[in-house]
Amino acid sequence: MAELNITERQAGDVTILDMNGKVTIGEGSVALRTTIRRLLGEGKNKILLNLSGVGYVDSSGIGEFVSSFTAVNKEGGTLKLLKLTQKIQDLLAITKLLTVFDVFEEESEALSSYN
Amino acid sequence: MQKEKILKLPSRIESVEKAAHEAEEFARQNGFGDEVLFAVDMAVRESVANAVKHGNKLDETKSVEITFFSSTVGFEITIRDFGAGFEVEEIPDPTNPENLLKATGRGILFMRSFMDEVEWTNHAEGGTVVKMLKKR
Repeated sequence: MAELNITERQAGDVTILDMNGKVTIGEGSVALRTTIRRLLGEGKNKILLNLSGVGYVDSSGIGEFVSSFTAVNKEGGTLKLLKLTQKIQDLLAITKLLTVFDVFEEESEALSSYN
Repeated sequence: MQKEKILKLPSRIESVEKAAHEAEEFARQNGFGDEVLFAVDMAVRESVANAVKHGNKLDETKSVEITFFSSTVGFEITIRDFGAGFEVEEIPDPTNPENLLKATGRGILFMRSFMDEVEWTNHAEGGTVVKMLKKR
């Protein structure tokens, strides 16, 4: 089984990525990078990462969130985070990245923030 | 109960998962709780990843030597690589506003955040040794 499974769905012009598994060095980080690049290539630049199914992230995974964020910004889009587990929230707090990312608990709230 | 475990792993990314798995098994065998398990897992992954990527530069002829030690004080980890070494003080602080959007450079911060003690030394015969302790 893959380290990270990413399921894609569309809500208006926002692409939601439901992520399940681990975002760590190697396979997990590469899977996220590949998906973000493909979406940007398709002109989809409003992206919401649903992290409710992500139980583990290391520094490489956090770095991949940052890379995704800057890549989407460069294309004039926005990448936001949804439903962080407590552990991921702690890691974003330690790295001071909670000041960088828009983070939401509710999907509806996250989606309306794109308008 | 096994009080010490020594591993010698090749310099490839898969060794990160292998080392983390071995650390978890060792921690459980020695009665460590979930908080220690999480910290040790994070620290082992970050330090082995650093040793493989930045120390040994993915050169599979160089190995990463890992020792886990269980004592009344806690879980001790020693990781050695065979690279050129580095000065930890020279690593930029990833929480500085100018570094926030960099993709790399957070591993050492995580190791320091989750472990009680972390110390880097240059080995007399080359390479870097990182010693870490998580108290019981």
